[in-house]
Amino acid sequence: MTLLELEGLTASYGPVQVLEGVSLSVPDNGAVGILGANGAGKTTTLRAISGTVRAGGRIVFDGKDIRGLRPDQVAALGIAHVPEGRGTLGDLSVRDNLRVGAYLRRDRKGIAADIDFCLELFPNLQDRITSNASALSGGEQQMLAVARAIMSKPRLLLLDEASLGLAPSTAKNVYDAIRHLRLTLGIAMVVVEQNANLAFTLVDSATVLETGRSVLTGTSAELKGMDEIRRAYLGG
Amino acid sequence: MGTFVQLVVDGLSAGSVYAAIALAIVLVHSATGLINFAQGGMAVLSVYIAWWLTTRGVPLIVALLVSIVFSIVFGALVERFLMRRFERGDPDTAVVVTIGLLTLITGVAGWLWTYNNQQFPSLFSLDTVSFLGVSVSQRSLGTTAVIVVVMVALQALFIGTKLGLALRAVANNPESAAFSGLPVGRLLMVGWGLAAALGAVAGALVAPQLTLTPGMLDNALVYALAAVILGGLTSPVGVVVAAWLIGVLENLAAVYVPFIGYDLKVAVPFILIFVVLLVRPQGLFGRKTVVRV
Repeated sequence: MTLLELEGLTASYGPVQVLEGVSLSVPDNGAVGILGANGAGKTTTLRAISGTVRAGGRIVFDGKDIRGLRPDQVAALGIAHVPEGRGTLGDLSVRDNLRVGAYLRRDRKGIAADIDFCLELFPNLQDRITSNASALSGGEQQMLAVARAIMSKPRLLLLDEASLGLAPSTAKNVYDAIRHLRLTLGIAMVVVEQNANLAFTLVDSATVLETGRSVLTGTSAELKGMDEIRRAYLGG
Repeated sequence: MGTFVQLVVDGLSAGSVYAAIALAIVLVHSATGLINFAQGGMAVLSVYIAWWLTTRGVPLIVALLVSIVFSIVFGALVERFLMRRFERGDPDTAVVVTIGLLTLITGVAGWLWTYNNQQFPSLFSLDTVSFLGVSVSQRSLGTTAVIVVVMVALQALFIGTKLGLALRAVANNPESAAFSGLPVGRLLMVGWGLAAALGAVAGALVAPQLTLTPGMLDNALVYALAAVILGGLTSPVGVVVAAWLIGVLENLAAVYVPFIGYDLKVAVPFILIFVVLLVRPQGLFGRKTVVRV
């Protein structure tokens, strides 16, 4: 079953057309990467899905066209967006960030259990539970951003440049944790990542964007075998 | 000794007036991230509505309730149709818009009801109670009691409830809050509505003492802002304590520091701010914000 289907997605910032036809298909429990150079439209694609950018074309989630919904309505359907720059709530404590993540849930016990689950997954956060999010290190903030998204029990996670600005070992830790989440919780994912090597540790397939258009789609193995992909995204 | 205690008690009662407005400012700041300079103006408008109703023979308590309901609606509308246009942009622009709103409301109130002083009926009796050689009016006691109740309620709202958590989240980062399913627009309207209601209560409490004019709260706003900065923007308890401190010190300095006297006592809160901010930039009770870059 297909969970998310993008067809001919378009979007523009003022007069500048950024997306000119992005197509993407994410199966249930699947993880799909979006590769591309700076300005190719990767982040905008995610923002179109989560309703923060107005888009044309079709965005079908779980059989329903969700294009035009507000971000909070999209979130309520089970789509959690971890934005570029992490989007943690800096003036709120780590615990409050996690509680905000569970805003739409009513099951107090489940929420408490999931906070414990997140703190087990990211032990660094346990020690910082009462600190303001703005006082965390970059890696800790990224962990918090992912944990906050998980608190909403999403069916689909939109992950934008989770490795940006992190030391390689920290980035690897974050991706290990996300892969663990994928395997244990079966959350589907759309992953935007500059570091294609890192992305391929997580995704089954990927689409390559060039100037706002999907130009190539394939499984991870297929893409990793292509010379031009290796040259452009995998460092030789 | 008797004089001293009397001065302290008078100071506390003046401080409660500043505290009332300061709490409304803290509420809007906690719920929207902005300082609303029109807070006092919006409160005055509500008081005028209550006053106008009482001149039409409506009982005071009913008039107040109507004005509070009006405030909630008016505050929410101001957010929806005015502030929302500026929320995505530079926060400084939004703050300047609130200053413009203050001017507009003051002008409209003056146009509708003239700039003459109007006598606003008091909720509490003016009779004084004496204890330990100090006399204090029931009105002062009543005002202070209401402020304390509001302060505790606000603290409980922001720290202890899901609505408070949501309001803080939206104030901090509206876009990111929406990613967790928070209905940002509606929460901002709630924040503005609540703050306006609180402003209406504050205005009604102080109007009998200050007498009602369109600029009634302009002075109090300055003291309230001083209290907000002194107490720390994030702490309802902090701003109330700071407001009382300002009221008391101002009174004491006027009498005991000959150099200051009654003419210069208006400078006292600002001297106080200067000294406190040198030592504690986050205010007396504010949370220190440490940002890693």
